[in-house]
Amino acid sequence: MHSVLFLILRRMRVPLIVLISSYAISILGMSLMPGVDGEGNPTPGMSLFHAFYFISYTATTIGFGELPNAFSEAQRAWATVAIYLTVLSWLYSIGTILSLLQDAGFRRVIRASAFQRQVRRLRQPFYMICGCGETGALLMKALDSRNQQAVVMDIDPDRISELELGQYHLDLPALTADVRLPENLEAAGLSHPQCAGVIALTNDDQANLSVAVAAKLLRPELPVLCRAESLETADNMASFGTDEIVNAYEAFGEHLAMALHSPGQHLLYDWLTDIPGMPLSEPLKPPHGKWVVCGYGRFGKAVVRNLRKEGIELVIVEAEPGRTGCTGCIHGSGTEADTLLEAGIKDAVGIVAGTDNDVNNLSIVMTARQLKPELFMVVRQNRHANAALFQRFGANVTMQAADIVGHEFLSLLTTPLLSRFFAKCKEKPNDWANELLSRIVAVAGDTVPEIWDVEMSLENAVAVHQALDADMEVTLGDLIRDPSDRDSALPCIPLLLGSTEALLPDMETPVFPGDRILFCGHPGTRRRQVLALRNYKVLHYLLTGQDNPGGLVWQRFGLRMGLR
Amino acid sequence: MNLEKVVFGFFIILAMTLNFGFVIGELDNPDHHHVYELFAVVVVNLIATVLKFGERTQIGAIHLATSFVADIQLIAAAVLWAVAVHITDTGLTPSIMASIVSLAAGALVANVLSVIILIIETVLYHR
Repeated sequence: MHSVLFLILRRMRVPLIVLISSYAISILGMSLMPGVDGEGNPTPGMSLFHAFYFISYTATTIGFGELPNAFSEAQRAWATVAIYLTVLSWLYSIGTILSLLQDAGFRRVIRASAFQRQVRRLRQPFYMICGCGETGALLMKALDSRNQQAVVMDIDPDRISELELGQYHLDLPALTADVRLPENLEAAGLSHPQCAGVIALTNDDQANLSVAVAAKLLRPELPVLCRAESLETADNMASFGTDEIVNAYEAFGEHLAMALHSPGQHLLYDWLTDIPGMPLSEPLKPPHGKWVVCGYGRFGKAVVRNLRKEGIELVIVEAEPGRTGCTGCIHGSGTEADTLLEAGIKDAVGIVAGTDNDVNNLSIVMTARQLKPELFMVVRQNRHANAALFQRFGANVTMQAADIVGHEFLSLLTTPLLSRFFAKCKEKPNDWANELLSRIVAVAGDTVPEIWDVEMSLENAVAVHQALDADMEVTLGDLIRDPSDRDSALPCIPLLLGSTEALLPDMETPVFPGDRILFCGHPGTRRRQVLALRNYKVLHYLLTGQDNPGGLVWQRFGLRMGLR
Repeated sequence: MNLEKVVFGFFIILAMTLNFGFVIGELDNPDHHHVYELFAVVVVNLIATVLKFGERTQIGAIHLATSFVADIQLIAAAVLWAVAVHITDTGLTPSIMASIVSLAAGALVANVLSVIILIIETVLYHR
């Protein structure tokens, strides 16, 4: 704010001096000119006070006329000079102010200072998001629907103005700035006490790296989440303690493998990391058998590595085997039928089109579909602009880096319990996951469930503390009773108990202060549950089934009547 | 030599000298204090204030503050003069004149401070 004020003052110096000088000259001259009275006798002229009055209404072009008496010829002559002098200097000053307001540099300063003020005033934990391309927009939409505050920066002014048009519940401070400069990170609240973490997801590895370095140096205790395109960058980031690194290709490879060996777990992951309220995604059922992978770049390598772990038989098709370091693969781009036939497409069950060219990828899967329509098709989409084509083609899986990185980040950000939940899930069999999936559908319907965690702290669950102090036992089952009717349950499932790491804890489990519990349920359930956690009267009703009298008088009265 | 600094110094010192010229004389004698002198002091002080705009340094801030003090005192003196002569028709009685001159004398102190700061700044600059 101060810099804006100083900028205005500095630019206004010359116009203001011109204005003061022209006023001074006009007033002085006016008071020196001899005047006339009503009968035409010469008088000494105006006093300074009258001259100031006359010039004030003349310079601002209000023009009351010749006051207090009709002017002498000399006064009229000077008034003419004064009019041109003062009116022109007013025009000049106003013109300077207007051009200052339209100045691009000035506007940038105003926007930056408004952004800084917004960030300074944040009173709830927020994430700093560097880069708001497709991934960033997806992430922000999800964070917004979970009522999580964020601060956004991007180097592209178009993306920022798109963001301002977007419909968000929260007011998200956004600024066009280069995130590689530490001062911009500082302006976006890196040293703000409420900053909960830094997320770097620009499409430039180098920029993400510099954000991670700056954040780790300036606020070592803050979690830093980074997107990395290449394995070298990921290693580099990990070397100085970046907390989470998401590599879209690696993540996709892992998920494809996961979908192969346990489709239920994959679907569980997909549902719990999506945007609440969206329609649920369909399960993937990639077949076991021989797969053809076209393109052995960063994406192809990640897919091949993960599929080999599952013991899948693979044939790799690569246009430039020398450059990509591919041994024993079939030479060709895969867009022609010959190459695909050579790779044995006839006895394959799936194909992965993973080159870095969208047209080639579409061409590969279209050729493959003609050769063998029942193939399971995985196609990589590089550019968002081609979305319509990929949608029209309708492959079994369309891999989009932005989407995958977004989901990964969400699973990390929503609550720390969620990633622990997924880690635990991996040890469970696929049937267990399928059973949980059907329970989720039962409570959440066909929309993505809401995920939240409840901390039994004094701040978040004061009613539970009061109940435990009053020697009542609170169980998990009590917490999911419906506050409007205790005999029916809220549409939610407790997924994980933080203290014992118990998956799907039993409803009889007693709740203790400091526990953290992860829930998933129908969107909006969290709000209803909070009632019981914060209001002792509601919790008492849930625990005992009795509506306690609230007021002091009624409490005494109730005691006497033995109602309690 | 920097022309900006010359102009800056000129106006600050001129503000002080004109102010001194107006204040000097018998405190309550209207013959010793001319209205045009007061006019000149007000104008020069306003210009000096504007010249101090936009300095971000600590010393610049104090400069600006002293100027604002002088402006307020001088404008108060000018308003008092206009009220006495034109609005209430009291005329320049000794007590009114004494009030006007003492207000201007207060502004003189601020202007002297301003010049002292200017000198300090100059000395520091050459070190």
